[in-house]
Amino acid sequence: MSPWYEKSAFEIREAVASGAVSARAVTESFLARIDAVDAQVGAYTQVWRDEALAQADAVDAKIAAGEPVGALAGVPISLKELICTQAGETTCSSKILAGFQSPYDATVTQKLLADDAVVLGKVNMDEFAMGSSTENSAVQKTANPWDLSRVPGGSSGGSAASVASATSAISFGSDTGGSIRQPAAFCGCVGLKPTYGRVSRYGLVAFASSLDQIGPLTRDVRDAALAMNVISGKDPRDATSADLPAEDFTKKLGASIAGLKIGLPKEYFVDALGSEVRTLVEKATKVLEEQGAEIVEVSLPHTEYAVSVYYIVAPAEASANLARFDGVRYGFRHPDAKNVTEMYVKSKSEGFGEEVQRRIMLGTYVLSSGYYDAYYLKAQKVRTLITRDFDEAFKACDIILTPTTPSTAFAMGEKSSDPLEMYLNDIFTISANLAGIPGISLPCGKSASGLPVGFQLLSKAFDEATLLQTAYCYEQHGGNDLGLPALS
Amino acid sequence: MSTITRSDVAYVAGLAQLDMDEAATERLVDEMNSILDYMAKLNELDTDAVEPMMHAMALTNVFREDEVAPSLPRELALRGAPVHDEEYFMVPKILDAEGGGA
Amino acid sequence: MEYEAVIGMEVHVQLNCKSKVFCGCSTNFDAPANTNVCPVCLGMPGAMPVLNREMVTKSVAVGLALGCTISRWSKMDRKNYFYPDQSKNYQISQYDLPINHDGFLDIDVDGKKKRIGITRAHMEEDTARNTHTLGGGQSGVDFNRCGLPLLEIVTEPDIRSADEAYAYLTELKQILQYLEVSDCSMEEGKLRAEANISVRPVGTEPFGTKTEVKNVASFSGTYKAIEFEIARQIQVLNDGGKIIQETRGWDDDRGVTFSQRAKESAHDYRYFPEPDLVPIVVDEAWEAAIKEGQPELPTPRRTRLIETFGLSAYDAGVLTQTRAMADYFEATAAEVPDAKKAANWIMGDLQALITQEEGDLSTIKITPLQLASMINLIEDGTISGKIAKEVLVDMFQTGNDPKAIVEAKGLVQISDTGELEQMIAAVLEKNPAQVEEFRSGKEKVIGFLVGQVMQATKGKANPKMVNEILRKQLST
Ligand SMILES: [Mg+2]
Ligand SMILES: [Zn+2]
Repeated sequence: MSPWYEKSAFEIREAVASGAVSARAVTESFLARIDAVDAQVGAYTQVWRDEALAQADAVDAKIAAGEPVGALAGVPISLKELICTQAGETTCSSKILAGFQSPYDATVTQKLLADDAVVLGKVNMDEFAMGSSTENSAVQKTANPWDLSRVPGGSSGGSAASVASATSAISFGSDTGGSIRQPAAFCGCVGLKPTYGRVSRYGLVAFASSLDQIGPLTRDVRDAALAMNVISGKDPRDATSADLPAEDFTKKLGASIAGLKIGLPKEYFVDALGSEVRTLVEKATKVLEEQGAEIVEVSLPHTEYAVSVYYIVAPAEASANLARFDGVRYGFRHPDAKNVTEMYVKSKSEGFGEEVQRRIMLGTYVLSSGYYDAYYLKAQKVRTLITRDFDEAFKACDIILTPTTPSTAFAMGEKSSDPLEMYLNDIFTISANLAGIPGISLPCGKSASGLPVGFQLLSKAFDEATLLQTAYCYEQHGGNDLGLPALS
Repeated sequence: MSTITRSDVAYVAGLAQLDMDEAATERLVDEMNSILDYMAKLNELDTDAVEPMMHAMALTNVFREDEVAPSLPRELALRGAPVHDEEYFMVPKILDAEGGGA
Repeated sequence: MEYEAVIGMEVHVQLNCKSKVFCGCSTNFDAPANTNVCPVCLGMPGAMPVLNREMVTKSVAVGLALGCTISRWSKMDRKNYFYPDQSKNYQISQYDLPINHDGFLDIDVDGKKKRIGITRAHMEEDTARNTHTLGGGQSGVDFNRCGLPLLEIVTEPDIRSADEAYAYLTELKQILQYLEVSDCSMEEGKLRAEANISVRPVGTEPFGTKTEVKNVASFSGTYKAIEFEIARQIQVLNDGGKIIQETRGWDDDRGVTFSQRAKESAHDYRYFPEPDLVPIVVDEAWEAAIKEGQPELPTPRRTRLIETFGLSAYDAGVLTQTRAMADYFEATAAEVPDAKKAANWIMGDLQALITQEEGDLSTIKITPLQLASMINLIEDGTISGKIAKEVLVDMFQTGNDPKAIVEAKGLVQISDTGELEQMIAAVLEKNPAQVEEFRSGKEKVIGFLVGQVMQATKGKANPKMVNEILRKQLST
């Protein structure tokens, strides 16, 4: 029988809840896997061995006592470095938060613990989620498990690498412009960005508050649905969270997609799109068509402006969100600051990495006196147009299908020299954040060089159920389980 | 839209409380210009009649009721501070008694 | 050259919510440093604000009292600046869509009415407090105050003198206290006034360069600071100097304003809409409900007291200084034939007792009903006004009913003719000389004789009857 670390969260939960295996045994299996492969992958920034085993024992005790257990009972998970946990540290992979212990748990953390998940530790990311390769981490490099010389994508690169290398069954990341979906595509796993407002942001260290969402990276679609059941819902501590009744996101899994309209936005199938990716995405489209979906062409005319809008709005919000890291209440303070201004300037300049400082500068500039209207206000208006594009498109279809990324995982260092080129990597994922709609990336095969390729499905706001139904249908009939990467 | 000069970078760095040396300033002048040039394409669009989108969802009037909830124990509040005593967060002496203020 | 002052006021008032604007921390003023703090008001990573509903309700109440237009649609914005009085290094405030705008406040300066325009009254969070007394080249930061509900009330530059500024502040404070949205304690910094002052040649339009006078601990201080600043600016100009735009503090001991810092080329606050908070919609229904619960405000109440009870403008002014006093007066006046008498007792002996005992009208033992029945005891001749003063002191100390006191102490007035005739006869016998004087026409000696009778009766004799009987007996 294959080791537990190769199993899906759903299978693990079933086995643990039924007493077929102990949560401890499962946890030990994953901890052993971490010991075996994470030295090469570098997904984990913190491994909470003892805490994890203690949590597992608590779950086993509940089961022994015949008490009901949660929806993720005994499932070993990992959390991106920017999700607040009272246990361990919450560093956002930044020097400025090195050693920071949050005095509170994020709402998502609370929900996961309440549902008996076992937290193995925290995983790497681009500093403050600013990046598409995880190369901007101040802590360590993370490699793509399918080719250790390549990046895992980002900013949730640690999460994707961890799930792909089977060192956690589910990893929770955050997606501001593609930070869950792009690394999921690069690493060959499933990554879901929920509708804005579906999952509480309380305790998610903010990058761009009007774009951020927490979401799961998983081995398969069912696990993503399972995870959503646990983390979704109105949170009185997050004024932007949607007040909707609890929903079972697994309810439409396996239902036929016959008659479902799937739209292909012509603006996404452009020259920038690599031919290998294009071919595999078209193959995936065929699979869905064979399952009875009706393929239609749709148009999202303002797509070409999305990157510009994003790189104005996100840095602007970030410039304010990151102002709090000033060395007064927590985090790094430069030792030789003679006065308050020196404390700010020296602490920030030494505590923040280059990309973070670049975006703070960009964001500060677009908000500064004389430029607000030309940049920030203009961008928010175009954001309205981009959102209207989706409203129009969804009149003609239920689901929009696109590639997740223009290309497969690139080599470490390949793009880090040119910020703009790096930004353009998010071209297919950014629009969903700007419009607030949900998106999922799932594997649709491998390139000739053996690198995973992903495609993206988008739905109307708060229609994750149909999104997951469609993704699950592809997964069942697409027939390309990538298996595990060969890691010695 | 506009070209960034070294003095723009210096001004913005001042607002952001970041220290930009010669090299960093030079680099940022180039990078910000290339990024902003790319963004100039937004000007192709006439948005006079378009409402800006400040939130990704149309919520209004989300409030909390005026009820007191427990605060943090002071030790926990001060725990992460680089410099503090038993009562206060400590910062280098503030010479300018004014400055901030609501 | 002749100059006139152009003054605009900015008042920050802490609204008396139980919890902070964006978190559940207590607003209690006396708490030890950094004990009313949580992840939200400390700006911990990942923490998010949620707006206190009462903040909106109380802010709109003030807006309505100031004749403001209430924004149907308003929002919170981030005001970015670095200073250790902020936990996030931005303050959540309101920029282009304040909850209240375009109102007015009528003031009265020695009989002259004047309308001061209110530009806006917007919601924001208070800042942390810095202590510079710790030594060791360090300052301490206390975040208890950070995130307290603050309303910033800004006037048009309509004020022309320190007197007008003083009248504005007094009237505003009175309104805020009537609304019971703040106790306005300046000592505790719950009401903070700043004046933007400039001068210009009389008859000219353009404003001069303004200075901002901050951190004055009292209205009288503000008055003096404005007087001084106007004089200073005129002096500077007359000496051919230039006014520098700057923030100036007030040294109350030396009675001078002093430069605190030149405004660095106007702040660039980079305001933008707070993405963590959603827009605020105050619809007609909500606005109406708030209007509904609003008390009668000082100005209309003064007018009504004058019309209903025929009080003088002065008395009405004194009696409406606080809502408690006005209520006390009306409750008393309702029970006595002559409301003026109620007014006189409250403003006179009662107020004197309260001041002397450092008491407070809202907490004294004497109820309006008891005061009324005391006044009625005078009216029906049971006790004299002189005795009443004594009774009032007793009531003030014991809270007993005046009737009970009068009976217990046997203070009932002697109005029995027979008894008085005997006493007076006795007095006349003892004082033949004065009787002679009277009969020889020295009428005013009767005062002495009345005094003697009063002495003999320990002031209990009915003065009116004493007079009549005396004259009768003397004329026989
Ligand atoms: Mg203010
Ligand atoms: Zn708080």
